[in-house]
Amino acid sequence: MIEGILIGLTTALTIQNILMVMVGCFFGTIIGMLPGLGPMTAIALMIPITYGFDPATGLILMAGVYYGAVFGGSTSSILLNAPGVPGTVATSFDGYPMAQQGKAGKALAIAAWSSFAGGTLSAIYLLFMAPSLSKVSLSFRSPDYFALMILGLTAIAAFSSKGQFLKAMMMVVLGLMLASVGQDSLSDITRFTFDNMNLTDGISFVLVVMATFAMSEALTIILKRNDPTSAAKQVSLTELGSIKINKEERTKMYKTIPRSSVIGFLIGVLPGAGATIASFLAYGMERNVVSDEEKEKFGKGSVNGLSAPETANNAACSGSFVPMLTLGIPGSGTTAVMLGALLGFGVQPGPRLYMTNPEIFWSIIMSMYIGMVILLILNLPLIPYIARILAVPKNYLIPLILFFSVTGIYVMSFNNFDIYLMIGIAVVATFLRLYDFPMPPLILAFVLGGLMEENLRRSLLLSNGSWEFLWDRTLTACILATTILIVIWHIYKTFKKKI
Amino acid sequence: MNINTTKIISLLFFIFSAFYLYTAYQIQVFAFDENAPFNARTFPIYLGYAGLFFSGLKLILPDPNTIKVDHKNLEYKKTGILILIAIIYGATILKVGYFLTTSLFLFASYYFLGERRWILMFLLSFPFVAAFMYLLHGILDIYLRDPFLKSIGVMG
Repeated sequence: MIEGILIGLTTALTIQNILMVMVGCFFGTIIGMLPGLGPMTAIALMIPITYGFDPATGLILMAGVYYGAVFGGSTSSILLNAPGVPGTVATSFDGYPMAQQGKAGKALAIAAWSSFAGGTLSAIYLLFMAPSLSKVSLSFRSPDYFALMILGLTAIAAFSSKGQFLKAMMMVVLGLMLASVGQDSLSDITRFTFDNMNLTDGISFVLVVMATFAMSEALTIILKRNDPTSAAKQVSLTELGSIKINKEERTKMYKTIPRSSVIGFLIGVLPGAGATIASFLAYGMERNVVSDEEKEKFGKGSVNGLSAPETANNAACSGSFVPMLTLGIPGSGTTAVMLGALLGFGVQPGPRLYMTNPEIFWSIIMSMYIGMVILLILNLPLIPYIARILAVPKNYLIPLILFFSVTGIYVMSFNNFDIYLMIGIAVVATFLRLYDFPMPPLILAFVLGGLMEENLRRSLLLSNGSWEFLWDRTLTACILATTILIVIWHIYKTFKKKI
Repeated sequence: MNINTTKIISLLFFIFSAFYLYTAYQIQVFAFDENAPFNARTFPIYLGYAGLFFSGLKLILPDPNTIKVDHKNLEYKKTGILILIAIIYGATILKVGYFLTTSLFLFASYYFLGERRWILMFLLSFPFVAAFMYLLHGILDIYLRDPFLKSIGVMG
């Protein structure tokens, strides 16, 4: 492990990579502060820039954007009660009341230190867990992988949109269908191309991400007459007050941070869960473990109530890297985008990544520490100034998002068809968003589609076409049983509501 | 069963899945692969059935979280114009080149979204695109095809 850490440090501490972490954190913080534009859009917009980098640098940049977006989301959550990203909703429960009491600076400081501690602790957990998990996952066979992918897709459908499980499952199927377009990986037989040469290689991952996130979010903002920059304008005008944390508050945080970081990390590791669930769970647990006197303060500006979700959501971000780095299966929509980008670089994440590309594996982990320090420096003293940059009118913001989207596709293929296809998918996605059809399950399914077919193929061929492979191994059977329970539970809930 | 837009979308998805399934059965596989446990049409066939299953469930099960969209408050005109500009941008980018079409696309988008500060609009289109092109092409070494700039001798 020491050797790995040194490899990671050598890669992460180059001037170029430190600069990338800084750019990523800065850009992520800006996007994270804009309600409606999440980390997936931020990462998608970064993809064209990463074409010019090596895989480690590209991923370091995207990882920086990810933590930056979660970090930035907490600022608008605390100051305006308008969470920039879903993972910071629980932050507003106590952060906003604290800001209203004239302690906005203190609330931001508590959030910043909690995020820093949560991110750093979970990066340490990741440091120890990832190599061991990689070794364990080497014993996984195709049926286990197939079952894990089914579980991941079901879980993201279950957690991504409250009460909309069937809609999310339809999006999963749509994502898998889109992934099946083009040549079959083994026989080279073309499928669903309708004799169109442009579809022979399949639909590009970047195209689908840009269309369903960047472009469709921009169109949704215009369609719904939203103005995401108005929140940022208010942030820049807010009087922050002192950012000092006193001894009593620090003592409370010392107790909250370790337990919330463990919850956040473990929830982040679970496929489909992520920062939102982690922050709510940590908030709920913290409320249960504190004294009755402290419990009364929850919802009215409690230090524990602010520190717990902020620690957990950052810890979950690091945790979500575990399934991606060790199994090659992303646990969330955001890590799915990063996995897709890695595949684009020709790197196959999975249990062998830390042996075949140790510089990528370790530099991502090491860059997390650097990222956390940079975020701490950025988030506290620079927030009002960052917010001023954000006060760009939406009349400029929207065309710029569209411009980045089209550029991403143009530099990749130099093909008009891809641009039309992207616009077409974006229009459909915008319409589906209006009716609450979630997009992250579609992206995860699109990324996993090829791998899933490959593992099903191997499993069926090894078992001579019999489906017994699903229950032959205890591990496969357990994973599938969990999946079936999730499906039955959600369908039952739909029935129960009607009754 | 209440008919709402979500149900109509589910019905459309059901029809789409049926079409997908039909097309999946039409995939031509090699003769020796026809009866293999897994061939190029196996996975798509499962997907087709999964699509029918989930959209079918959505159609017949009650919808407790009905989404109501107020169409009167939606900005269809500006969205439509923006999509149209993006299509024109896509149609001309290869022939005219990246710099000119992108700059005009940005300028036109700012204008149709209601912006009238001409100097700022200009700065955030032509010089901005030039700077971005320099970043991609000049610094990051990402190839950008631009027949227009090539014809006037700016790009090699």
